[in-house]
Formats: sequence, C-alpha cells, structure tokens
Amino acid sequence: MMPVGHYLFLSFALFTIGAIGVITRRNVIVILMSIELILNAVNINLVAFSRIFGDVHGQVFALFIIADAAAEAAVGLGIIIAFFRNRETVLADEMDLLKW
Amino acid sequence: MLDSIIFYFFAGVAILSAALMVTRRNAIHSAVFLITTLLATAGIFLQLRAEFLFIAQIILYVGGIMVLFVFVIMLVRLDVPLHHITFRFQKWVALFVAIALACEVGVMFWYVRRLPSAGLLTPPAPSPDQLPPNSEQFAKVLFSNYLLPFEIASILLLVAMIGAVVMAKKRT
Amino acid sequence: MSPALHSIVSFLQTWWVQLVSGVLIVAVVPLIAGYVVLVERKLMADMQARLGPMRVGPHGLLQPIADALKLLIKEDIIPDNADKAIFWLAPVVSMTAALVSMGAIAFGPWFQVAKDINIGILFVLGVSSLGLFGIVLGGWASNSHYALIGALRSTAQLVSYETAAGLAIISGLLLAGTLQIRSIVDAQQHYGVWFIFLAPVAFFIYLVASIAETNRAPFDLPEAESELVAGYMTEYSGFRWALYFLGEYANMIVVAAVATTLFLGGWLRPFPNVRWLNWLDVLPALFTAGVGAYCVYRAGKQPVRVQALFMWAVAALCFLVALILAATVFVPLLQAARPGFLGAFWFMLKVSAYIYVFMWLRFTLPRYRFDQLMHLGWYLLIPLAIVNVFSVGMAMMLESEFGWNRWLALVVTMLFTLLAAAFLLHLNDKRTAAASSAAAETSDTYAG
Repeated sequence: MMPVGHYLFLSFALFTIGAIGVITRRNVIVILMSIELILNAVNINLVAFSRIFGDVHGQVFALFIIADAAAEAAVGLGIIIAFFRNRETVLADEMDLLKW
Repeated sequence: MLDSIIFYFFAGVAILSAALMVTRRNAIHSAVFLITTLLATAGIFLQLRAEFLFIAQIILYVGGIMVLFVFVIMLVRLDVPLHHITFRFQKWVALFVAIALACEVGVMFWYVRRLPSAGLLTPPAPSPDQLPPNSEQFAKVLFSNYLLPFEIASILLLVAMIGAVVMAKKRT
Repeated sequence: MSPALHSIVSFLQTWWVQLVSGVLIVAVVPLIAGYVVLVERKLMADMQARLGPMRVGPHGLLQPIADALKLLIKEDIIPDNADKAIFWLAPVVSMTAALVSMGAIAFGPWFQVAKDINIGILFVLGVSSLGLFGIVLGGWASNSHYALIGALRSTAQLVSYETAAGLAIISGLLLAGTLQIRSIVDAQQHYGVWFIFLAPVAFFIYLVASIAETNRAPFDLPEAESELVAGYMTEYSGFRWALYFLGEYANMIVVAAVATTLFLGGWLRPFPNVRWLNWLDVLPALFTAGVGAYCVYRAGKQPVRVQALFMWAVAALCFLVALILAATVFVPLLQAARPGFLGAFWFMLKVSAYIYVFMWLRFTLPRYRFDQLMHLGWYLLIPLAIVNVFSVGMAMMLESEFGWNRWLALVVTMLFTLLAAAFLLHLNDKRTAAASSAAAETSDTYAG
C-alpha cells in the first residue's frame, strides 16, 4: 500500500488526460472512450480510499460505476450508430443539426 | 518493495497508454490503448487488494464494454484517419483546462503539506493479512447495504439493453 | 550486499516456485497442445477407419515437432494494407490469454501457480475471455472481408456462449459456496459426490457452451474451411497461425480443467469419502502399468528396430510413473506424497476424458449453421441456464431453511429444470417448424 497521495495523483492524471481527450478529439467514439477513462480515474480513487479505511463500501460503489458505464456505453454507441446511418459522419463538429 | 514496483509499473502503463489513447488518429489504435489502460487499472485494483473488482473490471470493462466499442468501430468503419483539423481553438481550451486542473490539485497538495497534522488525515491502512476475504466481504455488503442500488442497477442495465437494441435497429 | 540485491534475493526466495511454474507453463503447454493435436488426428483417423500420421517418428509421435519446425521456417506473409502492429499483436493476445488463465488452475492439490486466489474460477473465466480480442483484432488487421466476417461471427458466438457457460458455472458455485478453486474441490469432498451428480443439467450446459467457447465442431463455422476459408485466421501463415492454433488448444485444456474442477471432482478419486473403497488408490498405478505393458506388447510387433526401441522407451517411462504412483500408496514413508501425485493423475485423467468427448463430438456431429448456432445459444441454453441457477438456489434454500433432505431437494428441483428444458425444446421445435414452413412458402430456390 503506497501513500494515498500516489493513488490520488494517478487518478488525477488519468482524469486530466480523459478530460483533454473529451475536449480535443473530433471522433465521437474517441470522446466516449475518454469518458470511460474519466470513470476509471474515479474508480481508482474510490478503491484507494476503501483500502485505507479497510472496508469494502468504496469497491461496491466502484462496481456500480462500472455497471453504469456499461449501460452508458451501450446506449451512447447505439445513438452513434443511429446518427451515422443518417448523416454518414462521426465527427463531432459535423453533428450540428441543432445549430441555428 | 514489491508493492511499489508493481504500483509504479501499472501506474506508468496506465498513464502512458492513456496519453497514447487520446493522441492516435486511428480509432482502433485508441481502442487498443484504452484496453491496456483498463488492464493497468485492473492491476492497480489488484495491488490495492480489491480482487473482486480486479476481475470485475476485466470481465465487464475489458471483456464487455471494449468489445462493444471495437465492434462498433469495425462495423461502422470509423477508423478512417481524419483529415485537416478545422477548429484549432480546441487545443488551447484543452491546455487551459489541464493547467486549471493542475493548479487546483497543486494548491490542494500545498495546503495539505502545510498542516501540522497532515499525516493523520487518513488512518493507517490495515495490513493485507488483516483484510477479510474480499469476495465474501464484497457480497455481504452488496446484498445487505446496497441491495436497492443493486436492483436499480439491474433495471438500468435492462433499460440500456432495450434502448441500445431500439436505437441500433434498422428502420424498415 | 546492497539493499537492492538483498530485496531481489528475498523476492526470489519467496516466489521461486511460482516463477518456475510460470516458466514451465509457458514452455511446456505449447508442446502439450501440439501433442493434443496429434492425439486428435490419430483419434480422427481411428474413428474414420484409417491410421493417421504414421511416418514421422514411430507411429507419428514426432509429427507435432515436424509441424512446428515447418511452421517456423515458413515465409511470414503480411497482407498489403494490413495494420502491421495489430496484425502482430492479435495472435499474441490470444495465446497470452490462454496461458495466463492456466496460472490459476490447480492441477492437483500441490500444483497451482497462483495459490489460493480468492476469485479462482472467476479469474480463469475472465482472463480466458480476453482471448476474443485476439480473434476480433486479428480479423480486423487482416484487411480482408472473409477474415472480418469470420472474426465478427466468432466473437458473437463466443460472447453468447460465455453467458451460458458463466450461468452454468454459477450453479456449480452455488453448491460449492466459494470461488476459490481448492475450496470448490474440498466442498466436493465434503459433500462426498462430484457436483456432476448434484447438478447434471449445469454440467451439460457447460459442456455445450465450452465447445462453442473454443470454436470446436459442431460450432466451428467461423473457422471451417468450406465456409469462410479459415475465418479470422485466413491471412495468418507460418508461426502466427501456429500461435492461434495453439491458443485454441490451450483454451480447450483450460475449459476442460474448469469443468473438471467444478463438476468432475477435481483431483478426487471416484467415491472420495468412502473408506472401504480406499483400494481404488491403486488404480492410477495399475492404469499406467497397463499402458506400459501394452507398449511392451506392441514393441515386439514393430517392423523397424528404431520404432521398437522407441516403444521400449515409452514403456519404461510408463513403468517409472506407475512405480512412483504405487510407491506413494504402498511405501509408508512416501504416504504424504499420495494426495499430490495421485490427485494430479486423477485430474489429468478427467481433463483427458473431457477433451476426448470434445474430439468425439467433433468427428460425429455435423456443423451448425451460424443462425442456428445463435438461436441455440440465446433461445435454448441461456434460458435453461437461468432456470437451472434458480432451481439449484431453490434446492439449497429448501435444504437450509426448510430442512429437506439434500438429495430430495435437488431431485425435485432438477425435475423442474427438466420440465423447463422440455418446454424450451418444444418452443424451439414450434419456432423452427414455423420458420422452415415460412421459408418454404416464400423462397423458391429454383425459380427462374
């Protein structure tokens, strides 16, 4: 068990990289993958603290986050497929149907 | 000693492959790097003695969610490398966000260092021998304290399944 | 010495067994998989009334080595627009997943690389499911239509049957009450019977699902030669193909080991708790000695001298193993070694029997079409597996809460499961009858 700061730094680094990915990339699938990265960073944080306090509640919450990420990925990819069938694009800046 | 080697190895792999993931042009390469990041995260879970979460991460995230991603990328042929970037401002926005987050965390670490009782903010972690068997403890808590969220999660997954099937169906 | 060197030495002192076992697995399992291929070819030949490989080495026993050498020196062809990095990575992932999942399996009470993992069976399931990335990435990286369609079909099949296999395993885990591999076998010893007698439907579901998991016939459409050339393996030649192939056979061994641990009693002999059957402990030595005696008998009939010598060598090896096994039974000093060696023998025997059933089914049953395959998985196996989990759970609850006799509870709930199975099969028949009649009405194959 390393000092908790190490895990927090790792979680922060992954979170930042995920946030940069969401902001920078044009491909919507890569944006979704960066969101998964953000969720993983949060999971590391939860599990590190659950280890410190010796109980398992943090890990249970992390499991719920994983289940939730699965549901969100499934629906998000379904939306992308439906959009792709209509507009033939997956670039975020070309999905501007609601723009006036 | 072994603990810290394992931690640095998995942490290094996680950060490196995450950085590679957000910079590849080819979406399949990004997916492969996300798989390695997720496996490294699972390794971190194992190092934290969260064995059930380690295998749950591998089965659910890597074996489920990433397969979904890879399937969609392959079926919809989304791996074509992109052309020119029209919106150049994104890079500066990203840099600003990164610096803002880094400043936040830096300030937090700096304040923590100045407190006299900084070492007592968290209790000393129990040694690995004192931890009860992980799966049994996990199951005990999951099915007693978190029973309602568990059932809600099942309904959520059911709704997501139906939603995904409906969204991806071809309109005949 | 310097502290770094000291820590390295202490690390090696604590973990040298695991390291050596890990190296052994990576080095030996491909060789064993090669010989499983030879066994399959010989069995196939036997069931088809011919002889199989006979030329390379006595009775074809050096055939796998010749095959491996040939594959190693073959030209390494990479398709034109293939993604080179992923093309290289895919067979590696497939083989790695199969080998790593062997780490948690206990080949007997003494032989386990990752000792006492808390999540034993789940680890094996989860890591062996990583093998499907090898398939899907390989099909993609080949930049070929056949490969991609074969890969997607194979992955869809694997994912569907993984669910059924997992649910079948849950039935066994309900009886065992734990995920640890040793504790599962100890639970079977505690109950006194193998779990296959307590949950036969679960074993049957796992048998079918594991055949589909490893892409074996009759579920081998994605890699059958008359269908999609070779599916996801089409563009792979030489040693890359060998890695895929060996990964598939290693996966077969893993799946057989999981079924043996969970349903066939692991390293327990038949009737493990019955004391007056303790003389069954002599069976392993007798069996091996019998094989050795047969080799001696055949050695006399060999036409060529070197073949006869080889047979004598194999016979000597068999007698040596029989001697060791008998020594652990009869020699009082070596009694402590009895569970280790005898357990390993029984485990290997059961794994071999399971793989024999795999091969037997391959040579007997015709291939399933892909939609029939998916229909079988989703409409028949998964509902049946869910009903089975429910009924085994009911049996456990009836025994613990209401005080029923364990056997009575299990028989009653198994009747319920069989009823559900009959109902599902009936639904299946109605559906296929409806589909085929609809197809017969609408399609006119010779029109025009």
